[in-house]
Amino acid sequence: MSIVDIPVEDAGALQAGRSEIRSEVFRQLLRSPTFVIGAIILIFWIICAIFGTSIAPHSPYAQNLEGINQAPSSAHWFGTDQLGRDMFSRVIVGSRDILIIAPLATLMGTVLGTIVGLVMGYFRGVVDDVLGRFVEAFLALPVVVTGIIALSTLGRSNLVIIVVIGLLFTPLIARTVRAAVLLERELDYVAAARLRGERAPYIMFVEILPNVFAPIMVEFTVRLAYAIFAVLTLTFLGLGVQPPSPDWALDISANYGVVPAGYWWEVLFDALAIATLVVSITLISDSVQGALEE
Amino acid sequence: MTTAADPVRHDDRPSSADALDVENLEITYRVRGRGLRVVRDVSFRVGRGESFGLVGESGCGKSTIALGIVRYLARNGKVTGGKVEIDGRDVLAMNSGELRRLRQSTVSMVYQEPGRALNPTIKVGRQVAEVFELAGAQKAQALDSAQEMLEKVRISNPAGVMNRYPHQLSGGMLQRVVIAMALASQPALLILDEPTTALDATVEAEVLDLISALRTEFGTSFLFISHNLGVIAKMCDRVGVLYAGEMVEEGPAREVFAGPRHPYTVGLLRCIPRRDMLKANRALDTIPGSLPAPGDVPSGCIFADRCGLVEERCRTEAPPLYEAAAERRSRCHFHDRAQTLPRVIPPEREDVPGERPDRGAVLINAADVSKTFHMEGETIYGLVDVSIELRAGETLGLVGESGSGKTTLARALLGLTAPDTGSEITLDGEALAATTAHRTHEQEKALQIVFQNPDSALNRRHSVQRLISRALSRLGGYRGEALLARLKKLISEVRLSERHLSMRPAQLSGGLKQRVAIARAFAGDPRIVVCDEPTSALDVSVQAAILNLLNDLQRSEDVSYLFISHDLGVVRYLADRIAVLYLGRIMEIGPADQVFNPPQHPYTEALLSAVPTLESGNGNGARERIKLEGEIPSPADPPTGCVFHTRCPRFLGDICVNTEPPLAESEPGHAIRCHIPIDELRRLQGKEVSVAGADD
Repeated sequence: MSIVDIPVEDAGALQAGRSEIRSEVFRQLLRSPTFVIGAIILIFWIICAIFGTSIAPHSPYAQNLEGINQAPSSAHWFGTDQLGRDMFSRVIVGSRDILIIAPLATLMGTVLGTIVGLVMGYFRGVVDDVLGRFVEAFLALPVVVTGIIALSTLGRSNLVIIVVIGLLFTPLIARTVRAAVLLERELDYVAAARLRGERAPYIMFVEILPNVFAPIMVEFTVRLAYAIFAVLTLTFLGLGVQPPSPDWALDISANYGVVPAGYWWEVLFDALAIATLVVSITLISDSVQGALEE
Repeated sequence: MTTAADPVRHDDRPSSADALDVENLEITYRVRGRGLRVVRDVSFRVGRGESFGLVGESGCGKSTIALGIVRYLARNGKVTGGKVEIDGRDVLAMNSGELRRLRQSTVSMVYQEPGRALNPTIKVGRQVAEVFELAGAQKAQALDSAQEMLEKVRISNPAGVMNRYPHQLSGGMLQRVVIAMALASQPALLILDEPTTALDATVEAEVLDLISALRTEFGTSFLFISHNLGVIAKMCDRVGVLYAGEMVEEGPAREVFAGPRHPYTVGLLRCIPRRDMLKANRALDTIPGSLPAPGDVPSGCIFADRCGLVEERCRTEAPPLYEAAAERRSRCHFHDRAQTLPRVIPPEREDVPGERPDRGAVLINAADVSKTFHMEGETIYGLVDVSIELRAGETLGLVGESGSGKTTLARALLGLTAPDTGSEITLDGEALAATTAHRTHEQEKALQIVFQNPDSALNRRHSVQRLISRALSRLGGYRGEALLARLKKLISEVRLSERHLSMRPAQLSGGLKQRVAIARAFAGDPRIVVCDEPTSALDVSVQAAILNLLNDLQRSEDVSYLFISHDLGVVRYLADRIAVLYLGRIMEIGPADQVFNPPQHPYTEALLSAVPTLESGNGNGARERIKLEGEIPSPADPPTGCVFHTRCPRFLGDICVNTEPPLAESEPGHAIRCHIPIDELRRLQGKEVSVAGADD
C-alpha cells in the first residue's frame, strides 16, 4: 500500500489541504455554544481524572471515624460519608475509573463494529446475511443483564467490563457503519478501484473507510454516553469497580441507604457528577453530528 | 412597511403593462459576512404573451434572477437594487400578504425536478385541486377543474392519474402535472426553470411541444430559463444571455443565435458540435479561462479576461448595454465585430486526411450479451442479446433513452456487472471473465472508464496526486521516480497543472475534476476507454474542452472509445459507429453517417427529430418532427413483438405486435431491427434525404 514519495513542497501543500478541511469542521465546532459547554465540562472531568489525587484536598481513602456523615462545611465542601471520607475528594478522584473504562470499551466496540460493518456492507450477500444474524442476536442482549452474567462468571475486573461492553456495542456500531458503506459502495470511485484490480481490504479500509468516518465519529460519542451509564450501572450493582476505589456509582450504591436519614450529600454530588459527565458527552455528540453533516 | 405602490388588486389591470419588467436588478448574497453581488444591473422585460429566454452557463445567475423576481431567495440572498414589476405591480414593495396573493394568482413557477415539487404522500388529483381550492372553489368543483386541467396538459387517462401518487408517475407525466398546477391559476407570468433538463430527449420534445401549445391556448407570458441553447432557440421569442451575473446580450432569439453581437455568445455557440462537424475535420472551439469567482467584479468588462478581442479600453471601462441594432443590445465595446472573435482552437486539423481511419482489428467482441436483474420479485430485462464489436482506434457511440441499457452494457464489458450466462465477451479473441476480479492484469489494464459524475467517481478524501498515482502504480506498474515522471506527463496531457496535485476533488471545478478522472483512466495505457456521459454534468464551454481532450488523447494514444451519451450532437461529432439501444435491445447499429441519415430505424428517426437544435430553431431545419406518443415502457414488462411498437410512428400492424423483427443488415455494416423493408423506409423517410444530404 505504498503511496508514492511526495516531493517535499507538495507534501506540505497536501498537509495544508487536509488540515484546512479539518480546521473548518473544528472552527465550526468552536462557534457552537453546545460544543463549547460540553467540552469545558468534559475537560474539567478529564483534568480531575488525571490530576485528581493532587487536586483533592484530602485523600479519598482516608477514613475518619470521628467525623462520619458530616454535612457539607468549609472543611468538607461535600460533607463526609459513613466512614468519614471526604466526599469532595471522592467525587473528584471518582472520575478516574469511569473515564478509563467507558472510552476504552467504546473504542473497542467502535473498532470492531467498524470492521464488521465494512465487511457486511462491502460484501453484502451471504456474508451480510450470516453476520447480520449474529448482529441481530447480539442486539437482543440487554447490556446490563449480559454484563452481570459475564462478570459473575468471568470474575470482576475492569478488563472484563471493557470487553463485555465493547462486544455488546460492536453490533450497534456495525449496523450504522454498514448502512453508510452500502451507500458508499455504489459510488463510482469504488467501481474505479475494482477496475484497477484493488483487493477488497484496500477498497474497504483505504477507499471507503475515510468516507464513512463522520457517522463513525458521531456513533462513538453517542455510544460513549451509553457506556458511561452501563459501567456505572454495573458498578452500582456491585459488579464493576470494587471498593474502596472512589467511584460515583460505588458511592451511591454504598450510601443511598442513609439518604432517608438525612445524609443527602453522600449521594447527591456523585449523582450530579454522573449527570454532568453524560450531559457533556451528549452535547459534544450533538454538535459533532451537526458539524459533520454540513 | 412602506405603503405598497398598488396594494389593491385591480381586475382591470392596465393591459398595456408588461408581464414582467425587470430594471437594473441587483442581487447580493451574504457569505461569511461578505456581500457578493451575484446579479448586477440586469434589465429585461417580458411582454404580454411573449416568451423570453434566459440562457447561460452554471453560476451565471439564471436561477437567482428567477428566485429574486418572486422574492424566493435563500435567507442570505437579497435584492439590493433595481425594480421588478410583475403585471404592472412593484414586487419589491409588497408585504408578505400581497406577495402571497401575487404568487397565488399572478405568477407561477415550474422547476427542474418535478418529483420535488409534488408532495409524495398526497394523491395527484388532490394536489392539483388544491390550487383551485385556494382560489375559492368548492371541493368537488375543484376536483373537476383539476381533472379538466390534467386533460389540458394532454395526460392520457386523467381520471386514473388523479388517484395516483407522484411516485407512480414517470418524470414526463410529473412535469405535466406540475405544469397543470402552475397554469391552474391562469397566471400572467409563468417562470420555467430548466423544466425539461431532467427528462429524456423524446419526453423533453413532447413537454416542450405541450408548453408551446399551452402558451397559445392560455396566452401566458413565459420566462424560460435553460442552459440548453437549442431549447431556448426553439421556445423563445427573445433571449437574454447571462454571463457572471450580467446580461451581456439581448435580442430576438433567432437573430442572437444567427448573428451574436457579444464575444461570449459567439464563443458559446462555437462550443456546440454542429451537424456538419465531425471530429476528424473540425475541433470544437472553447472559451479560455474560467468564470470569475461569484461577486468578483472587475473595473472593466466582466468578460475581458476570457475575450479574444480584448483591448485596453475593455480593462478600464465597463461597457454599457449598447443598442447594437434594432431590438438588439450588447454589453461589448466592439459589438459590431464580435463575430470576428479569433478561435482558440484552430478549426482545421492539419494532419488529418478528413477521412475516417481504416477499420482496425477487432478488440472487443460481445455476442448475445444479456443481463436480467431480479429486484423485489420483478424481473427486469436490462439487456437482451446485444452483440457489438469494437475495433482498434474507433469510437462506438451508444445512444438511447434512460433505461435503454447503455450503462449496463458498458458495465458488463468492464466486468463491473456480470452478464447472464450465455453471454460471450472476448478481448483479442480471448474470453473475458464476467467480473474484473477474475480477469488478468493485462485485461484489467486494457479496459477503463470515465464516469458521468466526477463527484462520485473520485474519492473525495484523496488528493489528485493520490488518485492518479494509485492508478499509475496499480495499472501502469510505475514506481518511484518513473511514477513521478509519468504523473507529470499525464497531468500535462490532460491540461492540469502541478498545483492541482495537492488538491482534493472538492476544491476543483467540474471540468477539472473530469480531467482528473480522464487522467486516471489513461494511467495504465488502456486500449479501450468507456466514456459514460462524460460531459453531461458540464457546461457547454467545458464540454467542448473535454471533448477536444478526449479526441486528442484518442489520436495520441490510439485508444478505442465506447462513448455513451444521450446528447446526439456530441455522439454525431465523436462517433465513427453508433449503436441505438431501446429497452435493452439494439435497434440499429452502423456507421455514424448511415445511422444519422435515412433509411434509419423509426426510433432513431424519432430520437433525432426530438432534439431541439440551433439549426431547427433557426427555422432552416426542414426535418419534420416525428412525434413519439406515450411513455417509455418498463423494462420489467417490455411490449410483445417489436418492443418499440407501442410508440412507433411507423407502426405497421399485427406483425409488429406479435413478432420481434430481426436485426437485419440493410447495407454492409449497418443493421436495423424493423419489419419495414429497407427500401420502404428509404421511401418513407425520403423527403429528409435532401436536408441530410446537405450535411455531408
